[in-house]
Amino acid sequence: MALSNVLETPAAGFNFENAARNAALEGLFDGGQTPKPLKTGTTIAGVVFKDGVVLGADTRATSSEVVADKMCAKIHYISPNIYCCGAGTAADTEKTTDLLSSNLTIYSLNSGRNPRVVMAVNILQDMLYRYHGQIGASLILGGVDCTGNHLYTVGPYGSVNKVPYLAMGSGDLAALAILEDGFKHDLELEKAKELVRAAIHAGIMSDLGSGNNIDICVITKQGVDYIRPYQESEYKDDRKMKYKYRPGTTAVLTEKVVPLKLEVVQETVQKMDTA
Amino acid sequence: MISAQAFGDPGKMKDYHYTGPVEHRFSPYAYNGGTVLAVAGDDFAIVASDTRLSEGYSIHSRDSPKCYKLTDTTVLGCSGFHGDCLTLTKIIDARLKMYKHSNNKTMTSGAIAAMLSTILYSRRFFPYYVYNIIGGLDEEGKGAVYSFDPVGSYQRDTYKAGGSASAMLQPLLDNQIGFKNMEGVQHVPLTQEKAVQLVKDVFISAAERDVYTGDALRVCIITKEGLKEQTVPLRKD
Repeated sequence: MALSNVLETPAAGFNFENAARNAALEGLFDGGQTPKPLKTGTTIAGVVFKDGVVLGADTRATSSEVVADKMCAKIHYISPNIYCCGAGTAADTEKTTDLLSSNLTIYSLNSGRNPRVVMAVNILQDMLYRYHGQIGASLILGGVDCTGNHLYTVGPYGSVNKVPYLAMGSGDLAALAILEDGFKHDLELEKAKELVRAAIHAGIMSDLGSGNNIDICVITKQGVDYIRPYQESEYKDDRKMKYKYRPGTTAVLTEKVVPLKLEVVQETVQKMDTA
Repeated sequence: MISAQAFGDPGKMKDYHYTGPVEHRFSPYAYNGGTVLAVAGDDFAIVASDTRLSEGYSIHSRDSPKCYKLTDTTVLGCSGFHGDCLTLTKIIDARLKMYKHSNNKTMTSGAIAAMLSTILYSRRFFPYYVYNIIGGLDEEGKGAVYSFDPVGSYQRDTYKAGGSASAMLQPLLDNQIGFKNMEGVQHVPLTQEKAVQLVKDVFISAAERDVYTGDALRVCIITKEGLKEQTVPLRKD
């Protein structure tokens, strides 16, 4: 049985059709300002410890200076033993990790094996290099496979780094400061989780693009522990006044009632599992 | 010898153009963020601002309030470029002293507003990058709010928000203080307690969604008894 073609490389080496279209589109907008894509403006970090890998991320997604999402998930599922944190343009990180996850699932089904982290890294690097930075995704890949515990970073231009600890995103310097200070090889699980939490917390406090809650994902040979949120933001909104509107506060200008003539064709009842 | 085949038809070699020396202009302005808000009541005025000073994605200071006391009955809130805010407040302080010494009386809120307008317009072609809002009591003891643009256009309002989260706060104030877009609501006059609570709640909301607003809120309440200040913590992340 032939292995299905996991990743089809396009015929010509480099495909810049979309880049030409984007450049043309820029000309159409007044003032040359294209609509800004949603960036995650993030702090993400990863640490290799004795029994596996710990990944951490904040949960704020910004659209220039406005917080678009206060609880967005930045740790993406790749395979049962590999997870990926993404920083950069939100759509790019989502779609790239989804694509990677699909391709690795096809591989797993064909070969009957869990994918290795190096395979994920190679597929990502290949794809991001082919697009020469047009895909704005900075990713931290962490996973446990038969060869051990691995942590890689892949940049938007296709660069790869294999490291025991790292941070990415707009809050990376703040997080890296904590990691540089506290990292040791073969940490215990609780110490590793606390180190990653402290690193993300530093990013949240010092960087305006990061904030709200902290997500943690622990990957070991035994399985995955995705703790979302690991630490909730300590800032609860305590507005004192109640802002309620009576029904009728919004003016109704016109009202038009159109009765719909429906007849019951089929009726099924499905009990909800409320256990 | 690099031929960058980029953004052209695939398959066709694009000519590599030497674009010439590129001039990188030094920008004399920086944007330091911050939000200011002023509300006028029947016998009081409130000027509030957050205390975060930022630049890009970094924080310069968590304790830099943007309300400046001008006289016992007038407070100026300014946000935008912090360098220009400092210079502008120095100039206004000096002009207030000069007026006091020549005319033997303190400047009224309306007079300060008119003076600020001329100061800002004198720099029409290299503006002070500051969004000003003056809050105070007028000659009759009623609350007054004057809002400005960076080159000196101003008008008297009942309430106004300025700075980075102004677009989020202004519609909320229009609804809660101006009773806009509401039917069948009683137009009760704004009490001082309700106004202060509204200002605090509104800044909590702004800090949730605007990255440049946060850390703490400084509220200055101006009544004929004098000036009272309150500080309320906001989100620090």
